[in-house]
Parts: sequence; C-alpha cells; structure tokens
Amino acid sequence: MAATTTAAPPMSGVPDAYGRFGRFGGRYVPETLSAALDQLERAYAEAIADPAFAAELDGLLSAFVGRPTPLLFAKRLTKLAGGAQIWFKREDLSHTGAHKINNTLGQGLLAMRMGKRRIIAETGAGQHGVATATACSRFGLECVVYMGAEDVRRQAPNVRNMRLMGAEVRPVETGSRTLRDAINEAMRDWMGSVETTHYIIGSVVGPHPFPRIVRDFQSVIGRETIEMSRKQFGRLPDTVVACVGGGSNAAGMFYPFVDHPEVRLVGVEAGGRSGQAGDHAASLSYGSPGILHGSLSYVLQDMDGQTADVHSVSAGLDYPGVGPEHSYWHDMGRVEYTSVTDMEALDAFDTVARNEGILAALETSHALAWAAREAATRSPDEIIVVCLSGRGDKDAAEIARLRGLTADGAQA
Amino acid sequence: MSTTTPARPIDALEAMFAANRAAGTKALAPFVTAGDPDVETSVAVLEAIAKAGASLCELGVPYSDPIADGPVIQASYTRALGKGISLEGVFRIAREASARVTMPILAMASYSLIFRRGIDRFVADAVAAGLAGFVVPDLPIEESDDLDAACRTAGLALVRLVTPTTPPERAEAIARKSTGFLYCVSVAGVTGARTELPAGLIDRVKWLRTKTDVPIVVGFGISDPDQVRAVAAVADGVIVGSALVRRIAEAAGQPRDAMLADISRYVADLAAGCR
Repeated sequence: MAATTTAAPPMSGVPDAYGRFGRFGGRYVPETLSAALDQLERAYAEAIADPAFAAELDGLLSAFVGRPTPLLFAKRLTKLAGGAQIWFKREDLSHTGAHKINNTLGQGLLAMRMGKRRIIAETGAGQHGVATATACSRFGLECVVYMGAEDVRRQAPNVRNMRLMGAEVRPVETGSRTLRDAINEAMRDWMGSVETTHYIIGSVVGPHPFPRIVRDFQSVIGRETIEMSRKQFGRLPDTVVACVGGGSNAAGMFYPFVDHPEVRLVGVEAGGRSGQAGDHAASLSYGSPGILHGSLSYVLQDMDGQTADVHSVSAGLDYPGVGPEHSYWHDMGRVEYTSVTDMEALDAFDTVARNEGILAALETSHALAWAAREAATRSPDEIIVVCLSGRGDKDAAEIARLRGLTADGAQA
Repeated sequence: MSTTTPARPIDALEAMFAANRAAGTKALAPFVTAGDPDVETSVAVLEAIAKAGASLCELGVPYSDPIADGPVIQASYTRALGKGISLEGVFRIAREASARVTMPILAMASYSLIFRRGIDRFVADAVAAGLAGFVVPDLPIEESDDLDAACRTAGLALVRLVTPTTPPERAEAIARKSTGFLYCVSVAGVTGARTELPAGLIDRVKWLRTKTDVPIVVGFGISDPDQVRAVAAVADGVIVGSALVRRIAEAAGQPRDAMLADISRYVADLAAGCR
C-alpha cells in the first residue's frame, strides 16, 4: 500500500462518505437526481463487494477490450528528445481506440444491476460516445449520446461509428455547442428519465459518486503501469504524465501512484491559443474553486460564477471544469498541473506520427508535447511514462483542415 | 405583532401566506427572469404582476449552465446574460421592485453563483436588496448547512424542493428544513409548460400536507388557469414560470406598456384560479 509510514491518511483515501476530496467534490444537483445518485452509490458498493461483478468486468476488459495494454518504449522520440527515456502506456490499443471503454463497460454493468435499460451519455471528442455506444451494443441497451454541434462537426468519424453501433446521436445547439453543453443536455434528459435511465458520465466529473466510480474503473491503467514497470524496468517510473480535460485518463493513471511519493505526476491541460481568458481550457492553471455540473472543483468562471467560454483545438479537452480529485491533488501538491498550447500539441502529433508510427489523439498529443520537452532536460537513466490515452484517427481530417491540407492529407 | 422584534425578510412571506389562509385564498407565484429583456423592464414586470394579483415572485437569477431548466428559461437566461446582466443588476431589480411593491420576492439562484460570491456576501446583498429569501434548485439538503445557517441568521427564507423521485422519509426531512414554504416540484423533469398535470400530483400534495405545516407551493409545468385552479385546491400556492417567461420574450419589440398590459391580463387570469 502506501510507501510512506506517516500518520496522515494516504493520499488515496478519498473521497469520504459525502463524496469529498478534501474540500472538493460533493453533490450539487437538483433534488430530482438525489434518489438516483443514492441508488447508484448503493449499487456500486454492492457491485465491488461482489466477486462476480469483478470477474465479469475483468473478462470483458481482457477479451473484449484487449487488456492489458502494452507499455512501449518510444525509441525514436526518445532519441529525438535526447534525454530521458519516453515510454507509452498504449490505451490507444484498447477496443474503440481509447481508455474510455474501461469506464463504459463498468457503468454499463452497473446500469444492468440497477435494472436500467436506457443509457445516456455526453461526449466531447466522441471517444466516450463511441465507448458508450459500444458497451450498449454489447449489452443490448438503448443508447442516446449528446454531443455539442461544434464537436459533431470536428469529430465526424466518431459520430458515424456511434450511429453504426445503433446509438442515437443528438447534436446540442445551446451555449458554446461543445462538451459542457452536452453535459447540460444529458443532465436535463436525466432529470426526466432518471427512473429508467442511467447516465454514463464520461469523465471523473459530476456529482458524487461519479468521480469516484469513473476513477476506479479507469485505475486499471495505473495498476497495469505499475505492474509492467516493475517487470520491464525493475522499478517505478520517475515521471508519469497524462493529459487533463475532465481528467479521466489522468485520474486512472495517477490514482494507483499517488501513494508512491517518489513518482512525479504531471497533468497537462489545454493551453489553447494563449493564457488569455477564453483562449484556453486550463481550469487548474487559471481557474478558481467553483461549482459546475454537480461538484466543487476548479472552474474557469467570471466574477459572478458564470462559466467562462473556453477553447482547445482538442474537443476532448475543451471543458471549463476538471474532476474534483484533480483539484484535491493540485491543492495538496501531489500532482503538478501545467499546460501545452494548440500549436505544441499539433507539432507533437506530427512528431509522433512521423517517428513512432502512431497517430495519437489531439488530447493525448498535449501530454506527448510535454513529455518530449521535459525528456530533453533529463538524464537518459530517467523514465517518463506517457498515458497514450487514445488514437488520433478521429482527428486526422480536422488536423488536415487546420494545416491547410486536402482531405487526403496532401499539400493543397 | 411584537414591536420590539426587528422585522426579518421572511416575515413578509409568512404574513402573506397567513393572510391568504385567513381569506381562504391561495398564492400565485409567477417566475420572472431577471434582466430579460433588461433591468428596467424586469422592475416594471414585477410591479405589474404584483398589481395583477401575484402574491409572491420568484426572480430567476440568470446562470450559464442551468441543468434543472427547460428550453424556455434557458433561453431567457442566455438572452439576459448576453445583454450583460450581472448579479449587481439582479440585486438592483430586486431593490427597486421591493421598494415599490409589498409582494415578497425570492431569488431563484444556482448555488454556483452563491458559492462564487461567498455565502455571507450573497446573503447580505440579498437582505439589502429587500429579497425575502432563496430557492436554490441545485442545493440538496446534504450540502446546505452553511447557507441554511446564514439564512437563519439573516432572517431569509431558504425554500427547499421535493420532487416525485424523493422518497417519503426524505421528503419529510426536506420539509422540516424548509423555511418560508416548501416547493413541491410537480414532475420529474426540467421546467417548462406541460399540457396536463402529472398523475398523482394532487395526492402527493395532500400527503405532504399531512407531514408539514409549512405552506406548500407547487411548480414546474403549470401554465393555464384550469391547472392553477386544480393545484390551488390542495396547495397553498402555485408557481407559473416558463409560460410567463415565454410571453415576455414574445412581446420583445412591442411597446413596453402593451407587453405589461398583456402580462397583467395573463397573471390576473391565473390569479383568479387562486381565489
């Protein structure tokens, strides 16, 4: 368990019974949803006490998702950076191409335990939408995915894939027409459907118990990384880095490491075009404590508490809040949070595509950019593990558009 | 009434319900979005609805991400924020209106806004603006101790909500905590006019009546005089929100007096159902 023997409770001992991670988290929702969240909390407690639940989920993670995902040495990127070794935890090799499936299978099983046969979800980049549609197809559940209209445009391949698997995709035209608005619409649907519908939230955000449940389902990433590191390096990595929008791949990667203080943990937010308000989506770097989508966390907001407009080239990071546990780790100083700009992320996408044979998601490219930059300043016996959270096929067309290339990737 | 106890903001609300009860009438409680279309018009609308027979008003504080609200109120919040309404503007509307009408005004405000401003400052601003209390649609009882304590100290009502999904024992606990009145949400869903009253609503209100002495006011989905009459037969008051917000929105561009006359007629028709 914990590597230290201090009297303080371990960093991993959160949330409490009220869903608090330190002062963050909680449950700020309309009363209509209270009973469903209580029901979910009970169902989850029963599920994790039931060996049959773990056995079923593990079986799916193995045969359906293809876990464990490998830990790969990024040989040419390491050489290019000229310092520390860079390794990739290959979540992009998961079925559906990202870590999101770890959570949707777990929550899909929970929904069935609660007798709920209709599933709703929000999605930004579409990865969570695809993972939800996939789980629903596998389990025979009805699936409705809310997606900002702007993201429907940016992430067309994922929209098509969701529909191919039988999900209904509902474009959201309100507000900024991105992830935040998709969550609003999913919550509104749930307000009227809560007795028959489960909301599979896609990140470690939202009211208690969602941040805890999603973190737990994603923690398979960090557990595997620890096990493989011990096997492949004979020790833990020096540094582990992941991108942070809502923060689910980062939470799943970091959580098993938080009680190992010798491992440096770095979360990379979307720095967008600049540090000016409205130009980025870096809640921990520039935000303040506030309440958004049911929990207390760092939020990009104005003086009155109105949620700010945000920007990122990456639809999955284009969110003005962040999971409450990240706010806790931030305030405790356990995880460092930094940001990488749109341009740096796009450059890292290109570098990894041309040198490692991997099209990484634009979200992931933020973590890759930081890792390559940092590696250059570190010695070759140091090890940096990047959570390669998702594949970038979905982004190829948008990148071509941004780069002024033709649809088939040639110079226009 | 004692002359030594200083008046509390909640007193006017309690006196209003007592007067209605004594007269055998019920309270019509329209919902108005602050700052839609602008501060001055909102003040005029509050004055007009008070004259037309509203017993209290819920003043909706625009918020960027209102998850309990349907399309009509969302759109009104978006319009008001787009025109630059701030909390200062909302408090100004309350202050100017409460100086002109005796109708108690409550702020319907997301806890996101209250938390950001700080509970103490938000409560002090509310008292200074002449508000009688708050309805906080996204603050369940588990999270409400701090705001509850501040409201009790300041003499503001903190109205709690029960919904069709609230289990009976929890509904009783919520009713015990509610001050001013208890907000009975008619449907599981977001705000917005509906053509029929939900099945079981009348029985639910009657059941709540056996569990609490605090006035019970029903809201969500109510838009016409017949619905108002049916609900007023069992409850102490009726909230009409989206239907009124829509009328105000549709009147945009008309001369203000014509809009106010239309609103007044509509509210008077609804109020007739409360007598």
